[in-house]
Amino acid sequence: METLAITKEEESAKMAQPITSISGGQAVLEALIAEDVTTIFGYPGGAIMPIYDALYDYNDRLEHILVRHEQGGIHAAQGYARSSGKVGVVFATSGPGATNLVTGIADAMIDSTPLVCITGQVFAHLLGTDAFQETDVVNITTPVTKWNYQVTEASEIPHVLAKAFYIAKTGRPGPVLIDITKNAQIEKFDYTGYIPCNHIRSYRPKPKVRKEYVEQAAALINEAKKPFVLFGQGVVLGGAEKEFTNFIEKAGLPSAWTILGESAIPTAHPLNVGMLGMHGNYAPNVLTNDCDVLIAVGMRFDDRVTGRLDKYAKQAKIIHLDIDPAEIDKNVKTTVPVWGDCKETLPMLTELLDKKEHTEWLQHFRDLEKEEIKEVIHEELNPTSEIMSMGEVVKILNELTNDDAIIVTDVGQHQMVACRYAKFKNSRSNITSGGLGTMGFGLPAAIGAKYGAPDRTVVAIAGDGGIQMTIQELGTIMQFGADVKILILNNNFLGMVRQWQQLFNDKRYSFVNITSPDYVTVANGYHIPAKKIDKREDLKGALKEMLDHKGAYLLEIMVGKENNVFPMVPQGCSVSEIRLK
Amino acid sequence: MNKQEYTLSIFTENQIGLLNRIAIMFSRRKINVESLNVSPTEIEGISRFTIVINEVEEVVSKLSRQIEKQVEVLKAYYNTNDDVIWQELALYKVPTSVISEKAKVERLLREYGAQAVAIRSDYTVFETVGHRQETEGLLEALAPYGLIEFVRSARVAIIKNSEGFHLKLKEFEQQEPSEAIIENEFLDKRDEVFTM
Ligand SMILES: Cc1ncc(C[n+]2csc(CCOP(=O)(O)OP(=O)(O)O)c2C)c(N)n1
Repeated sequence: METLAITKEEESAKMAQPITSISGGQAVLEALIAEDVTTIFGYPGGAIMPIYDALYDYNDRLEHILVRHEQGGIHAAQGYARSSGKVGVVFATSGPGATNLVTGIADAMIDSTPLVCITGQVFAHLLGTDAFQETDVVNITTPVTKWNYQVTEASEIPHVLAKAFYIAKTGRPGPVLIDITKNAQIEKFDYTGYIPCNHIRSYRPKPKVRKEYVEQAAALINEAKKPFVLFGQGVVLGGAEKEFTNFIEKAGLPSAWTILGESAIPTAHPLNVGMLGMHGNYAPNVLTNDCDVLIAVGMRFDDRVTGRLDKYAKQAKIIHLDIDPAEIDKNVKTTVPVWGDCKETLPMLTELLDKKEHTEWLQHFRDLEKEEIKEVIHEELNPTSEIMSMGEVVKILNELTNDDAIIVTDVGQHQMVACRYAKFKNSRSNITSGGLGTMGFGLPAAIGAKYGAPDRTVVAIAGDGGIQMTIQELGTIMQFGADVKILILNNNFLGMVRQWQQLFNDKRYSFVNITSPDYVTVANGYHIPAKKIDKREDLKGALKEMLDHKGAYLLEIMVGKENNVFPMVPQGCSVSEIRLK
Repeated sequence: MNKQEYTLSIFTENQIGLLNRIAIMFSRRKINVESLNVSPTEIEGISRFTIVINEVEEVVSKLSRQIEKQVEVLKAYYNTNDDVIWQELALYKVPTSVISEKAKVERLLREYGAQAVAIRSDYTVFETVGHRQETEGLLEALAPYGLIEFVRSARVAIIKNSEGFHLKLKEFEQQEPSEAIIENEFLDKRDEVFTM
């Protein structure tokens, strides 16, 4: 079947041609093709069957990855979006299919990931009758979508999908859900082509940049003795890595990252001073309460980053660059707000900056870093005990991948360790569930990340707890041959919760003792080669074997049972009260 | 900062589901909605929500920015009672016999500027329009005389210091039309295409 999607040049010519009659299901797929979608993650069912039926004829243009659970599907779509910068697409059927997406939608919402979720729905005439597999998914997902809409007529599909893609990817990106009743998928209608959406009456994706604020911000930075930059995912979402680097380099600004901003600049950049937040680096946390001007770029002052707000950077003048006006003053009162896409605002700001070095101030970070290396990092990366640490695994992984892998983590201690110690050369290399902290995210997101960046090495790092939440996605890897390297860091515990119980609940280890299956057997059952190691002398060789293997590989590494992630800002404390042990 | 009454005036596209989206923004923050009115405006396709809450200003201002962020919301204003002209409508159903017999009641009605909107042999319905205290006053006064039923509408409010939303909307719609705007031939039919 010939594609019905129309390019701009052909548009007027086509409009004059006789109209074609196509089904709603076909219209969905035409929209995806027109939006440059190549990969869909999904799971079929009764209420979405007409779309799947249409998909049968689109096999050559759209690759559909059949996951093993809809949650796996949406996490894969997230991983795809995060590694590629494109919109992730997921299909699910009505009722249980749709509700299985909810965790991933919430995760994508809080981490601003552009997704279009398409769910089937019962026939329009059955809506509200408690029909088989009918669930009000539009209302269920309202609080966790940027926008959602129920389609009940086929003819609505082209413009609704155009709107969906436009909303998902513009401004502050986010997940959009389109629920399509079965009759709308089946019905035929007169199709006149797909016209991308680029305007919605009530929607302003980018706030107007106010030049006077940019000038005020520049003046503050120029006067600052101890300026300090915090950057988040906004830099990556805006594709402003270069603009950001120019900005910090011109004024010599020490810069620290949130875990979603991590790979926006190379780890080795001389102005990169490390990770913020609860398990972040010592220097950036301590010096947050010492700087005179704090410049937040595309980050949202999450409580895991700020700790106690009433003791957060009280001494500093605060400049906040964000595309979402609702973020300004939400948690931290700003001195100067710079609304806008940082790809636009950063160059305007950089232009007005004086060239500076701030060598002495930067040295403070380096001095505190030395302290952290001495107290924590050295031992974590070069343990004297026989038992392996998570940190040394990450260190060797860095060496073997030449700092050039995409690292997708699950949630827990290993996540914090990976974020702390992984090194990156390229943007969009650190994929993790930040705002929602969703266990089970890692494995499926890694599958998606591989589809989003097929030429890159993708390593999933998971704990023994999280891997068991979505372990069924090994089946997806088996069937589609996704080349994902899976590292399970097994400490026989729900490690992060255990750490809290140790530190804050007198070691009352309540239900954190989790047992594991024989992962090697499980992986082999899915025809995925696997190995388990528990000795340091095997570590490097095993990692190398995993990375050298063509195709998926699972490596289980036994690590210290009661190791903790430090430094740590205990909950309810100020960031400068960060503990080194 | 003290809590006080704020009136939010939210201009939106007329879209199914938006009421829920907006309501969730209050319930999620555990803010009680004192009064809610939704009505069409002088501009076709644009609805106006008038919502009254009791809150501190900081919360109200953050909340209205979050509301404004919703795709179909054009603008959310918030005002104190001093900033708005507002009214509520109240209806009172009383036994006609009492009204006709007790002159005192008649006087009461005059005092509160009430109007009879229906007079039947068994009951009479009066209406008053005003602020909460005014409509409440008549309610209390009528209670001993066999009040059968009472109902009060949500608040409607007009912002004193405003030129009307259509001017604002015009300005809003001129802002940064995207680059490809001219090529999009659906734009002049925007209402048909994008208002769902
Ligand atoms: C879906 C979900 N359930 C519960 C939690 C709470 N939680 C956070 S970390 C953690 C422990 C993770 O253990 P594991 O996967 O073994 O990783 P480790 O911390 O040992 O590296 C738990 C239970 C969560 N984040 N997500």
